[in-house]
Amino acid sequence: MKGIKTTIAAAAALLAAGAAQAEPVKVGMITTLSGGGAGLGIDARDGFMLAVKQANNPDLEVVIEDDQRKPDIAVQLADKMIQQDKVDVLTGIIWSNLAMAVVPSAVAQDKFYLSVNAAPSQLAGKGCNKNYFSVSYQNDNLHEAAGGYASSAGYNSAFILAPNYPAGKDSLSGFKRFFLGDITDEVYTKLGQTDYAAEIAQIRASGAESVFFFLPGGMGIAFMKQYAQSGVDIPLIGPAFSMDQGILGAVGDDALGFKNTSNWSKDIDNATNKAFVETFQAEYGRLPSLYASYGFDTANLLLSAMDKASVSDADAFRDALRAADFNSVRGKFIFGPNQHPIQDIYVREVVKEGDVLTNKIIGTALTDHSDAYASECSM
Amino acid sequence: MFSLFLEQLLNGLQSGVMLFLMASGLTLVFGVMGLINLAHGSLYMIGAFACAAVAAWTGSFWLGLVASLMAAAIAGALVEMLIIRRLYNRDHLDQVLATFALILIFSEGTRWIFGSFPLFLSVPDFLTGTVILPGGSQYPLFRLAIIVAGLAVAVGLFLLIGKTRLGIRIRAGEADRGMIAALGVDIDRLYTIVFALGAALAGLAGAFVGTTQSVQVGMGEPVLILAFVVIVIGGIGSIKGALVGSLLVGFTDTMGRFLLPHAFATFLDPSSATAIGSALASMLIYIVMALVLFLRPSGLFGATS
Repeated sequence: MKGIKTTIAAAAALLAAGAAQAEPVKVGMITTLSGGGAGLGIDARDGFMLAVKQANNPDLEVVIEDDQRKPDIAVQLADKMIQQDKVDVLTGIIWSNLAMAVVPSAVAQDKFYLSVNAAPSQLAGKGCNKNYFSVSYQNDNLHEAAGGYASSAGYNSAFILAPNYPAGKDSLSGFKRFFLGDITDEVYTKLGQTDYAAEIAQIRASGAESVFFFLPGGMGIAFMKQYAQSGVDIPLIGPAFSMDQGILGAVGDDALGFKNTSNWSKDIDNATNKAFVETFQAEYGRLPSLYASYGFDTANLLLSAMDKASVSDADAFRDALRAADFNSVRGKFIFGPNQHPIQDIYVREVVKEGDVLTNKIIGTALTDHSDAYASECSM
Repeated sequence: MFSLFLEQLLNGLQSGVMLFLMASGLTLVFGVMGLINLAHGSLYMIGAFACAAVAAWTGSFWLGLVASLMAAAIAGALVEMLIIRRLYNRDHLDQVLATFALILIFSEGTRWIFGSFPLFLSVPDFLTGTVILPGGSQYPLFRLAIIVAGLAVAVGLFLLIGKTRLGIRIRAGEADRGMIAALGVDIDRLYTIVFALGAALAGLAGAFVGTTQSVQVGMGEPVLILAFVVIVIGGIGSIKGALVGSLLVGFTDTMGRFLLPHAFATFLDPSSATAIGSALASMLIYIVMALVLFLRPSGLFGATS
């Protein structure tokens, strides 16, 4: 009798242990799937889900919701996902103003947040958190590289332009941090603005040697088209967001030759990246953008942590995330002390491959680059 | 400085003229039928998508422009006959709810057909390039063409309303709906025509603006908000008010974005001047609207009630 009891107890203990090992992880993805910024969110989601599909891990469950690029909706969705869906991990936010509304309260409730894109400076320095990881970059990074590139290309002055929201401010301060020349004008536009006639007139009158602009999504399309029509011929420089794969087709040949900085490009030479570009194209019928690459890396990071630790053991899971033991499409991938990547940033040029416009790497702007806020972060 | 100022004035005029194409349809529909149509921005989006799709398919911008007029007018007429007609006797809240639902249907429908990524639409070859302005500055030829086309449409609209039989009926419909129905005018047909006319103007604006901006789902809503600001400033139902309001909003917005940061820079350090100036510039048209409403509660050319 006693023997049976111990056997049952042992079996129960075994079962319990087995359950703990295969504990499901629930991910809440809040991203922009409708309205003007939809292309970015859809790319991030498709990249993420491609990795989820390839891993085919039955323990990973993903809930996806559309934030419509509105901070209030993003907050409601986060509350719903945390309280009702009981998610363990949140991800997906594209826009920094939405990230600022959601991330601090989510990580304070002991949820993990893995950023597929937005990484405002406020969350990298004093406001860093042990449960917050940025897989993409720190907001300033690509703009810092653009500033460095503009200087090394020999431009002595720049007219700089960005939307008036957290990432726009990070952008211009990042550019200025690495640009050695003079800033002739610094202009903030409204987020979502689509007519840039007034700004282009000022660019024409400024006499600057270069123009740096950070205008993601539809804003970038509108600016590039209007700039090409305006006859102003001051060279343009920008981060990859101003000219990602999703918007090149809408701008057309006017984009050719545009120099932009990125931590990812489809021609980074490694097996993971090659396979990613091929399978993404086969699955969705279009080339991936950098947002898709961040989504893909984020899912693979999460899957790598799930292989090592159970999400209910928060400390072990966090360490597993920190180790970043996965094959990134960017080649090497390491987190810095504030849990933002330390990485290379490239200069790309818009070229035509057959009939398709795309970006090609022409050089490296910054190597093993961290961010300006890491030293202010104490964890 | 003079040439920059002149260029900004033209930019203000161009943005005002495009707004007028949107606002005139909105104000006509409200004036004649008493209907608040939130889906007006969707008709603008339909115009832009029709133009981009047909221009890509045929290679001709002109066919695209014709398609934008036709597609928006047909969509407008269908919506009026199938849905809007049932709303005339309901209160404004029902109208707002129903036309808001139409925005969602049109947006998702467009996404379903064309996908989520912006479409390509570019200026026809012979309108590319720039013209030299007095003072030596350059101005894009296409924007100049938009100004001319928009002003021509405005003149045409005033002639239509002021001088034709259809215009008399539209004005009569605004004044007393019951009476013109009693006089034997086919009021249903009149309403459909007015709605389709407003829709076609919105579609045309969508095609023009889509050529300089991005053709994407959701492009109509920001313009719709501006168009509402315009008709509130101009006086609801007044075409003349829509014209004056559009130009006022166009100039205020452009000049505000241009001048305010400079004005603040005279007494603040550059970075806070830029921040405060651009923040205030994005509010400026709403401040103007509030001022107008304070001084003339029914708008500049609104009927005093």
